[in-house]
Amino acid sequence: MLLTEIPVSGPWGERHLLGLEHLTADQLNTVLDLARHFDEITLGGSQRLDVLKGLVVANLFFENSTRTRTSFSLAARRLGADTVDFTASTSSLSKGETFIDTAQTIEAMGVDLVVCRHRTPGAPHLLSRNLKAGVLNAGDGTHEHPTQGLLDIYTIMKHRGRIAGLTVALVGDIRHSRVARSNIHGLKALGAEVIVCGPATLIPSDIVRLGVEVAYNLDDILPRVDCVNLLRVQFERQRGAFFPSIAEYAHLFGMNGDRIRRARENLLVLAPGPINRGVELTPEVADGPHSLILNQVTNGLLIRMACLTLLAQERRNIQEAC
Amino acid sequence: MSSLLISGGRVIDPANGLDAVADILIVDGKIAAVTPVGTGNSAHRSSEPTRDSGYIDATGLIVCPGFIDTHVSLREPGFEEDECTATGTAAALAGGFTTIAAQSDTHPVVDDRAAAEFIRLQAERAKNCRVYPLGAVTKESRGEELAEIGQLVQGGAVGFSDAKRAVANSEVMRRALEYTRMFNRPILHFAMVPELSDGGVMHEGFEATRLGFRGIPAAAQDIMTGRDIALAELTGGRIHLMCVTTVDSVERIRRARARNICVTADVTPHHLLLTDSVMGSFETMYKCNPPLRSQEHLNALIAGLQDGTLSAISSDHQPLALEKKQVDLDTAPFGICGIETLLPVCIRALIEPGHLTWPQLIARLTTGPAEILGLRHGTLSLGQPADVTLIDPLKTWRIRASEFYSRSRNTPFDGQDFTGKVVTTIVDGEVRFIIDR
Repeated sequence: MLLTEIPVSGPWGERHLLGLEHLTADQLNTVLDLARHFDEITLGGSQRLDVLKGLVVANLFFENSTRTRTSFSLAARRLGADTVDFTASTSSLSKGETFIDTAQTIEAMGVDLVVCRHRTPGAPHLLSRNLKAGVLNAGDGTHEHPTQGLLDIYTIMKHRGRIAGLTVALVGDIRHSRVARSNIHGLKALGAEVIVCGPATLIPSDIVRLGVEVAYNLDDILPRVDCVNLLRVQFERQRGAFFPSIAEYAHLFGMNGDRIRRARENLLVLAPGPINRGVELTPEVADGPHSLILNQVTNGLLIRMACLTLLAQERRNIQEAC
Repeated sequence: MSSLLISGGRVIDPANGLDAVADILIVDGKIAAVTPVGTGNSAHRSSEPTRDSGYIDATGLIVCPGFIDTHVSLREPGFEEDECTATGTAAALAGGFTTIAAQSDTHPVVDDRAAAEFIRLQAERAKNCRVYPLGAVTKESRGEELAEIGQLVQGGAVGFSDAKRAVANSEVMRRALEYTRMFNRPILHFAMVPELSDGGVMHEGFEATRLGFRGIPAAAQDIMTGRDIALAELTGGRIHLMCVTTVDSVERIRRARARNICVTADVTPHHLLLTDSVMGSFETMYKCNPPLRSQEHLNALIAGLQDGTLSAISSDHQPLALEKKQVDLDTAPFGICGIETLLPVCIRALIEPGHLTWPQLIARLTTGPAEILGLRHGTLSLGQPADVTLIDPLKTWRIRASEFYSRSRNTPFDGQDFTGKVVTTIVDGEVRFIIDR
């Protein structure tokens, strides 16, 4: 199957995928539809295609990540692309090479798509202005993580058939979460109600201007939510203590068996992982019937295949127009 | 005897309440006559032209006292990759400045007499604008022990500042205010609570939340401003607050001045023109400290300038080598290379919308900063050293960082068109900067 033969259901037109904030509902649906198509023709991502044959996808990770990098690599290979991994340590940057130098070096090697993770918001945006290759944001600091947002949405949609009208609670460290921001933008665009819930120190007050409801009491909101997305406590991004103890956090915001029993019967439990068992959720919940944590991992592969394909098509369109 | 006649310009001299078309005669580097045109005794007729006399036709230009900047980072010694005294002072001339106070944030810090005298020596060698050193308040600007303030005064320091490092310890600041009082020198303080601002990249507000950056809340400045005012009242010392950016700080300063507490304050051009809405570009040229605030804060700064609560505008010139800014926003250092673009930015922010009149703007660039630093400059009074700036208020031009006199290029205004340009800068009666009209 050729790249041009991949059916695209709606508008796309983006050279880069930097965030979900500026995407329309139609564009989001284009990605979701394509992921669903890949789900069907590859039997859940297990069969290889060759639509990206001859293309090179570079993983440019300035921040440690095993899961996301592996997922992107696998997605690229399932589509027949060659992949190169480039893990830039901060020490090499301090020697004077800017991250833009690094990226340009990689592009000079003939890379078509760059998957970038960086600890600073906007780093992939700056890269995209200095590269001809398409740039996929794989997480920029505490700003956005668009493919994670998309895979969360895809997972909910797969189990509920729709997004509009659902109520989704994002629970935990909202302040330091790129996953929260991408979820908010994507879910709002598709018509969901979003509640952010967590310790007041980890919810910036201006967040309501993104159109979300703020709650500090998980038990109050649980009966009316269709899905909880349990964000990992970002110990490494926090400067100082934002709550008194992990025990208190787990007591107030941790998802446990008691809370599951008080929630709606068909509650969906998502967690972007890696999870801190006993903090955001207990093993009973993580391994229980409501949990979609492993489905998320599989769906992540499909979403990344869809995003890589759309950007590769856009790149081809631009090259042909030149 | 050498003389220079500047003829037919709109002379604005706030110190003398003058705003009229007039001729200015400079003899031997001093203002010899300011004669309004049409009074029948024009200056050039009352003076004897000599062989080396000069003449500048200033028709259509604004002629005013040379500008004064209360804090400019010249970066020498220690950071010559960013700027040196010669380039920084050349940039000052191009911006219309005839007098600047040099920040103490060199390496080593200007915390002893030798360091202060080195600044003056380099300025004499450069022979551009006047340079007065600022001495550090504390040794190495660490905020712990007082620097040798008395000896720094003898070395020429006109004021004291730890640059962008707040003197966080209130006891140290109290002693500093008491000690500098005996020399009648101000402390130029960067009022910011470090614990609230450390690690911050931009103004704390909706934009920072949306973009995922750690914010620097307005309260970080407000709290320290309040403390500084309380200490100025306690000690009777002179405090000058650099780079005021918030609603509440302006209001606190306004109230303190109404109570005759010795507090003055300045504001930068970029905080008057730009808001945090630009940060979504992730462009590091916008990263400055204090950060660009929201519109509500910007409005308060303009009101503060209008009623004189903010009596000076400072470029807060922070030249930075390009490679330092070609990184991500968290890593990039704070600062805007601003002295050459101050006037056009102020015209756009203040004159074009009608917030300030020309005499008000020029006062904030001359008499205001002169008073803060205790300098006699900033007027066209008879007998004064002839420091004069000529402005073409209608000239439209494009800011090109590549053509800066500064060694650095870190401006957010590169490539943008502005109206109003400094065309001639005169120091001690000598034309030190001139462009073809």
